[in-house]
Amino acid sequence: MTTREIFDTMEYGPAPESAAEALDWIGMHGPAFGHFIDGRFTAAGETFATRNPATGAELAQITQGTAEDVNAAVAAATKAFPTWAKLSCHARAKYLYALARLLQKHARLFAVLETLDNGKPIRESRDVDLPLAQRHFYHHAGLAQLRDAEMPGHQPLGVCGQVIPWNFPLLMLAWKIAPALAAGNTVVLKPAEYTSLTALLFGQICQEAGLPKGVVNIVTGDGRTGEAIVTHLGTAKIAFTGSTAVGRRIREQTAGMGKSLTLELGGKSPYIVFDDADIDSAIEGLVDAIWFNQGQVCCAGSRLLVQEGIAGDFHARLKARMAKLRVGDPLDKCIDMGALVDPVQHQAITAMLAANTEGEVHTAPVAMPEGGCFFPPTLITGLSPAAPLMQEEIFGPVLVATTFRTPTEAVEIANNTRYGLAATVWTENLNLALDIAPKLAAGVVWVNATNLFDAAAPFGGVRESGFGREGGWEGLSAYLKPSVKRMAIKRIAPFAAPKTPEAPPLDRTAKLYIGGKQARPDGGYSAPVWSKRGKLLGHMGIGNRKDIRNAVEAARGASGWAKASAHSRAQVLYYIAENLSARAGEFSQRLRDLTGCSKPQAEAEVRTSIARLFSYGAWADKMDGRIAQAPIRGVALAMREPLGVIGALAPDAAPLLGTLSLVAPAIAMGNRVVVVPSRAYPLAATDLYQVLDTSDLPGGVVNIVTGDAQELGQALAAHADVDALWSFTGGIDHAALEAASAGNLKRTWINTDTPDWSGNDGEGRCFLDQATEVKTIWIPYGE
Amino acid sequence: MSAITPAIAPPTQDHLPQLHRPRNLGMALDLDWVARVQANTSAIERRANTLPGRRTVKKAYQAAWLARAITLIDLTTLAGDDTEGRVRRLCAKARQPVRADLLGALGLPAITVGAVCVYHEMVETAVAALAGSGIPVAAVSTGFPAGLSPFALRVKEIEHSVQAGAAEIDIVISRRHVLTGNWQALYDEMRAFRAACGPAHVKAILATGELGTLRNVARASLVCMMAGADFIKTSTGKESVNATLPVSLTMIRAIRAYEAATGIKIGYKPAGGISKAKDALVYLSLMKEELGNDWLRPDLFRFGASSLLGDIERQLEHHVTGAYSASWRHPMA
Repeated sequence: MTTREIFDTMEYGPAPESAAEALDWIGMHGPAFGHFIDGRFTAAGETFATRNPATGAELAQITQGTAEDVNAAVAAATKAFPTWAKLSCHARAKYLYALARLLQKHARLFAVLETLDNGKPIRESRDVDLPLAQRHFYHHAGLAQLRDAEMPGHQPLGVCGQVIPWNFPLLMLAWKIAPALAAGNTVVLKPAEYTSLTALLFGQICQEAGLPKGVVNIVTGDGRTGEAIVTHLGTAKIAFTGSTAVGRRIREQTAGMGKSLTLELGGKSPYIVFDDADIDSAIEGLVDAIWFNQGQVCCAGSRLLVQEGIAGDFHARLKARMAKLRVGDPLDKCIDMGALVDPVQHQAITAMLAANTEGEVHTAPVAMPEGGCFFPPTLITGLSPAAPLMQEEIFGPVLVATTFRTPTEAVEIANNTRYGLAATVWTENLNLALDIAPKLAAGVVWVNATNLFDAAAPFGGVRESGFGREGGWEGLSAYLKPSVKRMAIKRIAPFAAPKTPEAPPLDRTAKLYIGGKQARPDGGYSAPVWSKRGKLLGHMGIGNRKDIRNAVEAARGASGWAKASAHSRAQVLYYIAENLSARAGEFSQRLRDLTGCSKPQAEAEVRTSIARLFSYGAWADKMDGRIAQAPIRGVALAMREPLGVIGALAPDAAPLLGTLSLVAPAIAMGNRVVVVPSRAYPLAATDLYQVLDTSDLPGGVVNIVTGDAQELGQALAAHADVDALWSFTGGIDHAALEAASAGNLKRTWINTDTPDWSGNDGEGRCFLDQATEVKTIWIPYGE
Repeated sequence: MSAITPAIAPPTQDHLPQLHRPRNLGMALDLDWVARVQANTSAIERRANTLPGRRTVKKAYQAAWLARAITLIDLTTLAGDDTEGRVRRLCAKARQPVRADLLGALGLPAITVGAVCVYHEMVETAVAALAGSGIPVAAVSTGFPAGLSPFALRVKEIEHSVQAGAAEIDIVISRRHVLTGNWQALYDEMRAFRAACGPAHVKAILATGELGTLRNVARASLVCMMAGADFIKTSTGKESVNATLPVSLTMIRAIRAYEAATGIKIGYKPAGGISKAKDALVYLSLMKEELGNDWLRPDLFRFGASSLLGDIERQLEHHVTGAYSASWRHPMA
């Protein structure tokens, strides 16, 4: 077009960012790349092509990491770990600072390389991915500096295996490597096979920063390489970001291996628009929610929920906005959407849409590039919550929509999902926003904004969107463990039946305690409980999976407990302590009978139990959230929320104190508990229900099911309505429990070591952290 | 070649009054609508902040867009020391805002600015100086810039300027009506000004820097359109904060809403603080994205600017020669 014609038509023209420098870099270091192991690049092995999805052109050859490659990387990381972990905080901080600076210095090279490899618009890699990655290293340089001062009594975990996705290759690398290094760990990281290049460039940056050899190792390859890292005996922690299906497999594969695990998985995040919202801004927000990065975003606002009265107008205006989106060459600085990462992704999205039979499909009337892996912005209105497209993650530029009538219904529809990563709420009504945000099942909630991220603000999911947080102190703590020494849990067997049983003077039957009522075991079986001296102390009910079902149902039903004020929960805990104190003599006698311990020992356990209840009564209203210092005008609230329903397998040692040490922190934070008491000494726990009954504890908040820990634990682990499983019990198959937990990806805290329950290690923040999840609520403000 | 190339439209065709576009007759004041208007400041700022990174034009496109921007400028002098000589010089610059050799090198036709904007006392001089050019004269009016002279005098001032030959009247609204939520008073005032303008087009200056909130900006925009404004304009250029992208986004979204409800297209004029070629390009892409290409013509979009032209001239020369330019290489006003 001539200048004259442009003057008349006022069209946009091409505005390409040059790929020359990035292609030069590939040419100089490739085109066949090896791994980055022990501070140097290895020779390329067996390779596969990595392509520019916008053109299909091959960019480079990437090595498929073998088990030997992973061994070498883990060995290098293992060797580097002791020295790296012992460095002063300041020394580690300096390295992280250098990495941040280098990311800044090479920002454009990283951005162009990312766009070439991934297909995302250069604007996004330049203005979003790179600044956030830099910010992550800067922030974590600070966390490294302050680690010992702010988190005393903690130590790094060791070698961290990290597997990251292709949608934000460098940014996810930053989210993984920065906290691991700041905490003092070493890493073996595998980028996604579609997008390895920026990770390899990062290896070069590590050299430039003078990072000690072996602290960061990058091994490329596909899922097989990832599996080798995940299952490697030398990795102490696995951090994974990717699909829920792969996350579930990782949970199963690592079951029983004693690795810490954090998973950031898929989502189908609701985007709720109330009728009093700034509609134009809410529509613009959708551009950032679902057409950002071609919709290939785990926390994409992909489920649009609009209040019914404004839905018609909203959809019309949304369609008009969609018509303005520009799809094209990702290196063009004037486009909104680039290419999907790979033809495989294109086929998957196309197939999902083809299978849809509901609603009205609107494809944005925009010019589409010829060739390349492009998909048009798409809106599907009029879907019911039951439609597969409303339930399944599409991971593409496809927005699905439905309507709601009331705030309550909005929450119901929003939470009607297996996922729980993020949610967006648009309303100009502060009361409504602040009421809705905590009710949404999501790790992140954005009010009148969407897809805001920052290194200081924790990010992560609930439900099948995974567990663990990245960012801020919460993210750092996922790479640390208490340095206190603990003892291996030993199984304690019940006392055997004597040859000549001694019957009690009056029969007392301990029942199960479900929903605030004593319940006979469903199976109708009981087992005698003998004292050390062969006295029959009573019978315990043998609970089965149906009792677990009933208990979980009761616990789920007691949701009012989470809404009770922290002050009220504290009062109940103090009241339990008061009532336990009133019956201290009876409980210590019970402990002596059950365990054969001495009178002073029994009295000490009761005393400590009362003190423990006081501790958690105290904590109930003091486990504060914080305001993360994200660079916005507004607040990012990192709130502590209860997990929901926790299944707890109580320790055998200290049958009263151990049980209360799990139950008290859980309920103090607003959770409901299904506790399985010690099989050896169950009656100390069942005696408790009379105390609970008289302490104003609502029915269903604490449920006690006696029986075989493995069988009941297994039922809890597999139960889809249980949010977390804790175990301090001995002699059980951890692998089986953790594998079963993969069903709904519940958080597990299955311990092989035990604290000394009578000491300080038996209570406190460590338990409260396990009893809560962080929800980050972003509230930009300004008038 | 010339046979199949459409004839170059004379610049006058772009100028007011346009017969093919119906004028805004206004509508009854709809207070329910006014009350429903929302403007979320943080969200509006995010859109405004990211837009410059989302849209850009390069090379020939940039040159063409900048030339277009010139045709949208209300070349303005609103100073206490304005004289007839000064205004005549400005009008001469308005007729030929860019060196002819540069336009020739770019393959562009002769262009003029969108209008010349002066105080009432300079209207006759400007009209005479622009005779035959097709360039309209705009007069700031109604006790500009504060708008606090007696109401009757403000109406009279409009009538005088129209009589003197002003084709466009830039009125200032009473900010106090907005700040006290007296929408009826704002509507009535605007109605009276609109009536006084007669055939002249009226631009309503909201003085957004004095309205306190974007919500007020949005509501005032809407009320002025309901009362018959042909254009809404951000600022007098005399407030401490003049045209900004968030304010612009708020006002043009109001224009879009008004068009959706009435079918009438209202013009937009950001004024004050737009002095760089790059800023002008961002504004043009903002208009194109939010409202469409119709708002890239002088009948629906103007820049209220005095120093913008100089920067654009330098950029155009850079485009032609490949070397950065200097201000003294371009004729002054």
